Amino acid sequence: MFIVDYIKTVYSTCKSLLSGMRLTGYYFFHHKEIITEQYPDVKAVMAERFRGEVVMTHDEKNEHRCTGCTACELACPNATIKIVTKQELQPDGKKKKALETFVYHLELCTMCNLCIVACPTDAIKMAQTFEHSVYDRSQLTKKLNAPGSKLMEGVE
Amino acid sequence: MQYEEIATTEEGNLVINVGPQHPATHGVMHLVITMNGETILNVEPHLGYIHRSIEKMCESLSYRQFIYSTSRMDYLSSHINNHGCALAVEKGLQIEVPERAKVIRILMDELTRIASHVLWWGAMAMDVGALTPFFHAFRERELINDIMEETCGARLTMNYMVPGGVMTDLHPNFVKKVKEFVAFFRTKIDEYDTLVTYNVIFQERMKNVGVISAADAVSFGCTGPVLRACGVKSDIRKLAPYDGYEKLNFEEPLETAGDSYARYLVRMRELRESLSIIDQLIDNIPEGDFQAKTKAVLKLPKGEFYSRVETARGEFGVYIISEGGLTPYRIHFRSPGFANLSCLNHIAKGQKIGDLVAMMGTLDLVIPDIDR
Repeated sequence: MFIVDYIKTVYSTCKSLLSGMRLTGYYFFHHKEIITEQYPDVKAVMAERFRGEVVMTHDEKNEHRCTGCTACELACPNATIKIVTKQELQPDGKKKKALETFVYHLELCTMCNLCIVACPTDAIKMAQTFEHSVYDRSQLTKKLNAPGSKLMEGVE
Repeated sequence: MQYEEIATTEEGNLVINVGPQHPATHGVMHLVITMNGETILNVEPHLGYIHRSIEKMCESLSYRQFIYSTSRMDYLSSHINNHGCALAVEKGLQIEVPERAKVIRILMDELTRIASHVLWWGAMAMDVGALTPFFHAFRERELINDIMEETCGARLTMNYMVPGGVMTDLHPNFVKKVKEFVAFFRTKIDEYDTLVTYNVIFQERMKNVGVISAADAVSFGCTGPVLRACGVKSDIRKLAPYDGYEKLNFEEPLETAGDSYARYLVRMRELRESLSIIDQLIDNIPEGDFQAKTKAVLKLPKGEFYSRVETARGEFGVYIISEGGLTPYRIHFRSPGFANLSCLNHIAKGQKIGDLVAMMGTLDLVIPDIDR
């Protein structure tokens, strides 16, 4: 009886190994099912909602929608955003708070999307970039409002 | 090496350090193993190499902000961790979550569970010496990651579940893509079985290795597939259903052997159960809001709030103590990985050193989940 069991074990072992090898062989001869992307030559297209980094939208007249309300700064869990405001003189003589610099620390950002949700004027959005590596850490601190840009009319 | 330089105990037993940087521990964990020849006498896990004090950090974050950090604990079931936190906050604020949000949450949870188990399957096979399954596993996981990326905007740390619902509505392609994935993945599970499950070498390495009895597993606090492999019903989705799991028709996979192979089989059957849950829901996503109306600033009333969910590894609990302020007074996370690790010494005693990595593989440890 020992011999019969022994032969049965050998048979089932060989069968299971060969069926696994058969599957591997199938993929060996079916190159179309290989899905590897050649990364540096072929760049992946990220989904439209992909959260790569925070950017501020500007229109063709170099105007943004940020009022400097600091809602995003308060919503951020990591102190990624720092908003510097200035007092701007309005045409009617009144002073009004306006955005001076929108400082964004990419090195602290965890892409949690809370600032985008918090923004009442849709001034910032997520960009689909993903190659963020730089040689120096200080290059990751960015100023998001373009030089010379000002608040879009009608955005309160 | 001179004999004197080999670390030994007083009885002459060999002491070996595995880790903190070791490919088989899947993270930075340090195991101090005392051995007599090849037989393990004692395994002592040393933790703390990836401790980020997430619990303390959460005390200075508001109830909207702290959820993102739980994605970084058990990063393979980040949706489910976020779900647990959202449930605890909703319990405190007594928010009624819209039906659509509930269904979206369950769909995301189950997709995450599949992605986690698939990755575990690949890593498990790699632990016992088979390299090919890892690439098969990553091919399928990539499809789930693409679905997540399209709807949630991130591939690993989503921060998609917010108090009151989910952050954004489903992407228009979501239903189509999930259906394609489910049909595709059903054929691939059979391939997994052919490659690994029925492989006699694999079975010989898993059967009767790392056996734990049901009573021991309960007393060590094991949950999830580790406990279910001993035949104990412990699925939170069945015991304390949340967000509409009670309406679904699914089985809780149970095995009785309690060895490594039983833990393996439980997870493989859970993959099929998750697919059937997705099948039941994907055509019946109700219309409506994806998020309940909540105040801009969330303030939990004074008191203690606890919620628990079933992650891919076991029971995940969120315990919030609130003093009525903007931030929690104390948050504690009951993570499944920590409790499951505690039984490693028990199951490894008397076994051979070669089986240790296989045993750790079936416990499905995620080190950031253990250390927090």
